[in-house]
Amino acid sequence: MSFPRENMSIASDRIDDPNPAYDVYRIRDDFPILAERSHGKPLVYLDNAATSQKPDKVLDALDHAYRHAYANVHRGVHTLSERATKAYEDARAKAQRFINAKDPREIVFVRGTTEAINLVAASFGRANIREGDEILITEMEHHSNIVPWQLLREQTGAKLRVVPINESGELVMEEFEKLLNERTRIVALVHVSNALGTINPVKRIVEMAHAAGAKVLIDGAQAVPHRRIDVQDLGCDFYAFSSHKLYGPSGVGALYGRYDLLERMPPYQGGGEMIRRVTFERSDYAKPPTRFEAGTPNIVGPVGLAAAIDYVEELGLDNIAAHEDDLLQYATETALDVPGLRIIGTAARKASILSFELEGVHPHDIGTIVDHEGVALRAGHHCAMPVMDHFKVSATTRASFALYNTREDVDALIASLHRVREVLG
Amino acid sequence: MSDLRELYQEVIAEHNKNPRNFRWMEDANRMAIGVNPLCGDKLTVYLKVDDQDNVTDMSFEGSGCAISVSSASIMTQMLKGKKVQEAEKLFNTFHEAVTLDNRQPDLEGLGKIAALAGVKAYPSRVKCATLSWHTMHAALEGEEWASTE
Repeated sequence: MSFPRENMSIASDRIDDPNPAYDVYRIRDDFPILAERSHGKPLVYLDNAATSQKPDKVLDALDHAYRHAYANVHRGVHTLSERATKAYEDARAKAQRFINAKDPREIVFVRGTTEAINLVAASFGRANIREGDEILITEMEHHSNIVPWQLLREQTGAKLRVVPINESGELVMEEFEKLLNERTRIVALVHVSNALGTINPVKRIVEMAHAAGAKVLIDGAQAVPHRRIDVQDLGCDFYAFSSHKLYGPSGVGALYGRYDLLERMPPYQGGGEMIRRVTFERSDYAKPPTRFEAGTPNIVGPVGLAAAIDYVEELGLDNIAAHEDDLLQYATETALDVPGLRIIGTAARKASILSFELEGVHPHDIGTIVDHEGVALRAGHHCAMPVMDHFKVSATTRASFALYNTREDVDALIASLHRVREVLG
Repeated sequence: MSDLRELYQEVIAEHNKNPRNFRWMEDANRMAIGVNPLCGDKLTVYLKVDDQDNVTDMSFEGSGCAISVSSASIMTQMLKGKKVQEAEKLFNTFHEAVTLDNRQPDLEGLGKIAALAGVKAYPSRVKCATLSWHTMHAALEGEEWASTE
C-alpha cells in the first residue's frame, strides 16, 4: 500500500479482502500518478468514470511506440512503417478478441465512444433511416447518445422516442416493449449508466429489438472497464467504447460493427486511406474497417489501448469486477452514515458508480471542499441532463471506482463528506 | 484547511444558508436570467430602477452553489440604494479582482463582496462568483439572458 492512513490497520484490511489473490496495494504501484499528493494529502482518485489513470505498462508501450516503431501506417514500404502498421493491426486484433468479435475487420478505430456513435448515426442512419422511422433511446443516455440521433432526426424527419426510467434508475421494460414497433430502425442505449451506475439488461433488449426488426447500438464506455464483454453473446449490432476509461490513452476508441452491416454502410468521412481509387468523376471506397478510417489515424493510441487490454486481462476482468463491486457495496453502506445523503441511482444491478446529493449542499461546493482533502470527485450533470431532470436535481456528486481503489479511499471519501458539513454548517 | 477557509468564509456559509432578498419581484422593471452551462445553474435577478437611475429594490431567485448564492445575496444587499453607474462600477471592480492576474485587488473598494475575492485561486469557481453580477449587468443593459460562457 502506498499511503497507510492513520488510525487504520492495513493488516486487518488485507484479511478482510474478499479476494486475497487480488492484491490492490501491489496493483496501485503500477500507477505512478497514485503516488502524487494533492493539497498535501494522498491522492484519492474517485473520478474514474470521467477518465482513468494509466499504468506503467501503458505509458511504456506509448513511449516505446514513439521511440522505436513510429511511422505512418498502411503507406510506406519501409521497415518502420511496416512495424507501425503491424502494431496498429495487432491492436485491432487485440480489441477484437477482448470483446469477442468474430473478425478483426469488425473493429473500427475512432476517437472514442462519441465518435463511434456519431459514425453509426451518420453512416448507418443516412443509409437506413427515413422520414417516419423511429430511433429508440433511453432516458439515462449520455448526451453523446442523444445529440447524434437528434441531428439525424433533423436530417431525415425520423422520430426520436425515449424509454423512461423508474425511481431506482432502471429502465421501465414494459415501456420499452410498448415503444418498440415495426417502425423502430435502431435502439441505441447505454450498457452501464455514467450518471447512475445502472447495468442495463442489454442481452434481453437485443433479443426483443431483433424480434421487432431493429438494430441495436450499445454505448459501452462505462461497461468495458468493469465487466467482461462478449459482443457475440450479447448479439448486438454495434458496440462502442473508449480507451481512456480503460486505463489506455485518450483520443482513441473502438466501434464494433457486425461485418455484414459495416459492408453496406457508406463512408463517414472522406479522405486518404479510405478509398481504393479516386478520379474526379468518382471514388471507390475501401472495405471496412478502412472505409471508416479516413486520413492518418491515431497511430500510437491503439498500441496504448492494446497494452491496457493486456493489463486488465492479466488482472482478470472477473477479479476486477469482484473488487469494484465490494468497494461499491462498502461505499453504499458507509455513505448512508453521512447525514442528509441521498443516493441517486439505486438499481438492483450496478457497477462502479455512487452518485448522490447532500441535502442543502451544492455538488460544486462538495467537489471543491473534498478536493482539499485530496479526494477527486465529479460534480455536475455528468452530460446526462435528462437524468438530472428525472431526479429533479441540477447536478449530483459522483464517486466512481476503479481497479486500484481501496476501502481506505472510501473511508477518505466519507471523512471528507463530513468535512463538508463542518465547512458549510 | 486555512486556504479553504479563505474561500468558504463564515459570511459565505451564512449567506448560503440564509440568502438575503431571495424572492420573486412582481413589479421589477429590470430582469435577466443567468445560466452557467457548465454546471446547469440558473438564477434570475430582479431590479427596480427609478427615473433618477437609483436601484430602489433588488432581489434574486434560483439555485446554485454556496459561492454563487452568497455572491448574489451580498450583491443585492450592496446595490440596493445605489446608482446604476455605481452598480456597474462595482461589477467591474469585482470582476477584475477575481479574474485579472498581476493585480492587487482593491479590497477596500469591494466592500462586503471582498469576502468572495478568494475565489480567484479557484479558476473553475470564478464563474460561480460572477454569474449573478453578469446577470445584473445584463438586466441593466436590457438583455434577457446572461451566460458565463
